[in-house]
Amino acid sequence: MSAAALTGTVEGERVALAATGAWTAESAAAIEQLIDETARRYQHARTVDIDLERLERLDTFGAWLIERLTRAFTAHGSTARIVGLADADRDLIEEVRLVNRTPANRGVAEHRVLVALDAIGQAVAEIGWSLVLLAHLFGALCRVVLGTIAHPARLRFASTIHHLERVGWRAVPIILLSTFLIGAIIAQQGIFHFRTFGAEVYVVDMVGILVLREVGVLIVCVMVAGRSGSAYTAELGAMKMREEIDALRTMGLDPVEVLVLPRIVALVIAVPLLTFLGSMAALYGAGLVCWLYGGMTPDIFLTRLREAIWMPTFAVGMIKAPFMALTIGLVACVEGFEVDGSAASLGLKTTASVVKSIFLVIVLDGFFAMFFAAIGM
Amino acid sequence: MTNNEPVISVRDLVVGFGAATVLDHVTLDVFRGEILGFVGGSGAGKSVLLRTIIGLLPKRQGTIEVFGTDLSALEGRARRAVERRWGVLFQQGALFSSLTVRQNIQFPIREHLDLSPRLADEIALAKLEMVGLDPGVREKFPAELSGGMVKRVALARALALDPDIVFLDEPTSGLDPIGAGEFDELIRTLQHTLGLSVFMVTHDLDSLHAVCDRIAVLVGGRVIAAGPIEAMLESEHPWLKSYFQGKRGRQIYH
Repeated sequence: MSAAALTGTVEGERVALAATGAWTAESAAAIEQLIDETARRYQHARTVDIDLERLERLDTFGAWLIERLTRAFTAHGSTARIVGLADADRDLIEEVRLVNRTPANRGVAEHRVLVALDAIGQAVAEIGWSLVLLAHLFGALCRVVLGTIAHPARLRFASTIHHLERVGWRAVPIILLSTFLIGAIIAQQGIFHFRTFGAEVYVVDMVGILVLREVGVLIVCVMVAGRSGSAYTAELGAMKMREEIDALRTMGLDPVEVLVLPRIVALVIAVPLLTFLGSMAALYGAGLVCWLYGGMTPDIFLTRLREAIWMPTFAVGMIKAPFMALTIGLVACVEGFEVDGSAASLGLKTTASVVKSIFLVIVLDGFFAMFFAAIGM
Repeated sequence: MTNNEPVISVRDLVVGFGAATVLDHVTLDVFRGEILGFVGGSGAGKSVLLRTIIGLLPKRQGTIEVFGTDLSALEGRARRAVERRWGVLFQQGALFSSLTVRQNIQFPIREHLDLSPRLADEIALAKLEMVGLDPGVREKFPAELSGGMVKRVALARALALDPDIVFLDEPTSGLDPIGAGEFDELIRTLQHTLGLSVFMVTHDLDSLHAVCDRIAVLVGGRVIAAGPIEAMLESEHPWLKSYFQGKRGRQIYH
C-alpha cells in the first residue's frame, strides 16, 4: 500500500485535487498536515474537486480528514465537491459529514489567582464538610446504639464476631511484633544516651511511662488505621459502587445498623485488647534489651518498673483506646460512603481514610494529654 | 459482502479450568464482513471462547488464527499489531472510570497513534456521534451515564482505531427492547459503513434475527451448528428446537 498523498492542479479558478494511497489511521498525522497545507495553498480557489478515485483504503480517520478539508474550503467561500467516490466508501463519507457540527465549547480560561483562591476555598469547605459528615454518622451511630440497647437482638452478632476476628485476632501477630520492636528500640536508645549521664536505670521509668501512656496505644492505632480502617473504606466503597448499599436501603434496612455498627463495635472491642497486648510486648522488648544490651537483670527491671508506674499510668493508655477506635471506625465508614462511581475515588477515599484517621487519633491524643494533666493523672 | 475468507479461524480449541473442560475441540470460522451471532446456554462457555480468542484466557490445545496468522506464534510488536486491528466491547462496558467519555474513546488513539490534540478530539467526537450519542456527554464520567450510554461509549472506544474485527459480549443485555433494537441497528449500520467483521456473543433472539448473517451454537463445549437463521429454525436438534422454537422463540419467528 502506498503512502497517502494529495496532489493539486490549478485550472483557472478551479482546483482539482487527487487523493491517492491509503488514508487510514496509521498515516492520519501526516494527512492532517497535508490537508492543512492544501487548504491554505488553494484558499482562493472558487471551486475545488476532490477526486477520491485512486484511494487505496479509507477509514474513519481518512474520511474525517477529507470532510475537514471540504469544510475548510467551504469556510473560505469555495465550493468543494467530492468526485470519484467508490460505493464502498460512500456511507462512511456521508456519515462523517454529519459529525463535529457543534463547536466545542472550551471553558473560558480563568484568572490564575481566582483558580488558586477557588482551590483554597474548596479545600476549606471540604474540611468543614467532612466534619459535618463525621458528626452525621456519629449521630446515626448513637441512634442505632440506643436502639440496639433497647432491643439487643438487633445487634448483628455473627457479623460483629466476624469483624472482631478480622481486625482483632488476625492483627495480633503483626501488632505484637511491631510493638515489641518499638519497645526494644526505645530502650536501646534510652540506654545509649542516658549512659553518658550514668542514668541508665531511669530508662525503665521512661519506657514504662512512654509505652503505657502513649506509644502502645498510638502504634496500635496507626497499625489498625492502616490495616482495618483502609479495609473498611474499601469494602464500603466497593459496596456503594455496586449499589449494594442502595439495595439494603430499599429492603428497609439501615446501612448504619447493618454495616457500620458491627464494624465499629468490633474495633472498639479489639483496639483496647490489642493495646494491652501491644504494651506488654513493648515492655517485654524493652526488658530484653535492658538485660542483654544494658546488663540490667529482669529482677531489677521489674522492681524499677513497679516503682516507676502506678495504676493510672496503665489506665490512661487503656481509656484512650476505645475512643481512638471509634474515631478510626467512623472516619473509615464516612469515607467509604463517600466513594462515587470511579475506581480513582475508591483509591482516593481509602487514602483519605487512613490519613485522616491517623491525624485525628493524634489530635485526640493531644486533647487527652491536656485532660489527664488537668485531672492530675 | 460475505466471502469465504475467514478473518478468525478456530481449530480444535480446548479450554478448561482445573478438572473442568469448558470448550472441547471447538472449530469455528468468522468470515470477513459478516456478523456472526454466537449463542449457547448460560455458562456454556461463550464468553470463554471470546476471551480465549482475544488472548485473555490460555488454551490447552488447538489453534486460533486471526487474519491468517497463528496468534500463539506472535509476541511483542507483532502481537500488538494484530490486537490493534480488533476492538472489544465487554459486557459491562469496562470503561475506565477515572477518565471522561472523550478520554475513554481517545485512550487507544493516544496509545497507538501520534495525532495532534485537535485531530484526536475530532476523531473521538466523530466516533461518539457515529454511535448515536450527543456530543454534550463528552466531558461526563462513566458513572454519570445510563447503561445504554455506557454500552454506546464502550462501542465507540472499541471502534476508536477503526478495527477490522469487533468482538461484542452480550451487547444488548441490560438494555430495554427499544434500546436493544436501536443498538442492533447501530451495529448493522456501523458494520456496513466501516466494513467490520463482527463476533457477537448474545442471548437476544431479536438481535440474532435482525442483524446476524450466521449463527453458531455452542452446546456441551462443542459448536453443534453454524449457519444462517433459517437453517437453525429448520434444525431438528433438540437444543436448537427448544432455543429457537421455545415459547419465546416462537413469538418472534412465527
